[in-house]
Amino acid sequence: MFGRREPAPGMMRRLDSLARAAMPFVIAAVLMMLAAAPVGVPSAVPAVALPCVFFWSVFRPAAMPPPAVFGLGLLQDLLTFSPLGIGVFILLLVHGLAMRWRRHLARQSFLVVWLAFCGFATVASGLGFALQAVLAWMVPPIVPGLHLLGLSTGLYPALAFLLTRTHAAIRAADEAA
Amino acid sequence: MIRLSIPLRQALARLSLPVLIAVAFGTMLLGKADALLVDRARMALADALSPIYAALAEPVGAIRDVTEEVRELVRLRADNVALREENERLRRWQAAALALEGEVTLLRRQLAFTPEPAPSFRTARVVADGGGTYARAVLLAIGPNLQVRKGQVALDERGLAGRVTEIGNRSARVLLVTDINSRMPVTLEGSRARAIMAGNNSARPRLQHWPEGVLPVEGERVVTSSDQSQAFGGLPAGLPVGVVRWTPSGAAEVELYARLDRLDLLRIFDFGLAGILPPEAVARPEPRRGR
Repeated sequence: MFGRREPAPGMMRRLDSLARAAMPFVIAAVLMMLAAAPVGVPSAVPAVALPCVFFWSVFRPAAMPPPAVFGLGLLQDLLTFSPLGIGVFILLLVHGLAMRWRRHLARQSFLVVWLAFCGFATVASGLGFALQAVLAWMVPPIVPGLHLLGLSTGLYPALAFLLTRTHAAIRAADEAA
Repeated sequence: MIRLSIPLRQALARLSLPVLIAVAFGTMLLGKADALLVDRARMALADALSPIYAALAEPVGAIRDVTEEVRELVRLRADNVALREENERLRRWQAAALALEGEVTLLRRQLAFTPEPAPSFRTARVVADGGGTYARAVLLAIGPNLQVRKGQVALDERGLAGRVTEIGNRSARVLLVTDINSRMPVTLEGSRARAIMAGNNSARPRLQHWPEGVLPVEGERVVTSSDQSQAFGGLPAGLPVGVVRWTPSGAAEVELYARLDRLDLLRIFDFGLAGILPPEAVARPEPRRGR
């Protein structure tokens, strides 16, 4: 897909590596925009953003630098109608924690990573609920939070499959370049 | 690209996360302080993305249609069973009706019975609801070639709705049977007893003045009565009105077949005779001629 047997010279090569570096961010952003399409599934946008950020933070942190996470969080907050900044903060926190523990996580089997992600998603939903409550100064309904939790943990295997393939493709292209 | 020394770059990379988290808090405060700005940003993003969503709407709609189709097919099975059952029942009814019809023709032939002419009717559209002098009345639009007279009865597709009380050049007012001013002669179909159906501005008019010894039975069909006295002249007999319902407090009411809350077309029956009396005729009845 992105691999070239012969390294492209100069300008093309720079573009190539730039595209490769931007790929995770672009995939996450496009997935979020698609999730925001009116198909009748609420709170799908955060449920897509969270696995993407988590996956790249664990397996390829260089592909998901903090500014990119910030951008995704901003996109999420603008796409959904939650108060601005909550998504940004949660995604940055998930990114930071996943980065810190990635040495342990990256070596584990898929199931363990998924379980760890479940923990992350629980914390993220709880934090989102708490921030929502503090910012709006009233107790929001708890069902959307549970919905987000279930949706993101359920979506993670499918997204992880897709992202693993992308990850392998990028790595192959890196090695070829 | 600016070339930085490696330690500086590492320090920047380590610093960027806390700084960005601080910025996230900043955006939270900003969103709290300036909701308008956030709304504008949201709308700008939505505007930018709307062509994508518009393009997505086609396949999404197609998928939704397909799922709806599948669900419909599943439902079809149950519907089929129910319809078959109902068809069976209706077939039995049809057989009963045909047998009765045959019997009726036979009896008529034996009695030399001259049947009443089938009442002719015209259809007019309801244009306005309520208002006017009465609490329960509708306004009909009548064309120039639609002859409508006072006192003609109006039915919707199910049953009796009311009578024409006022006529203008292009419209006619129909007083519904639920109005408190409405009095209708009716026949209880089971006992053939006459009664008066009086409106009381609620959904179910009351039954009054049934003859002694006869009680309206719960669920009994009520049809119009062909009362050819002057006040009720022009009312065809046997038009469906409703069924008898007893209230818990012990009053006989009529549950109307007509759906008076959603009238759109009314059939105006022409039965040839003059209808409601002008008020002065009620106030000063004509003196009787000497015999």
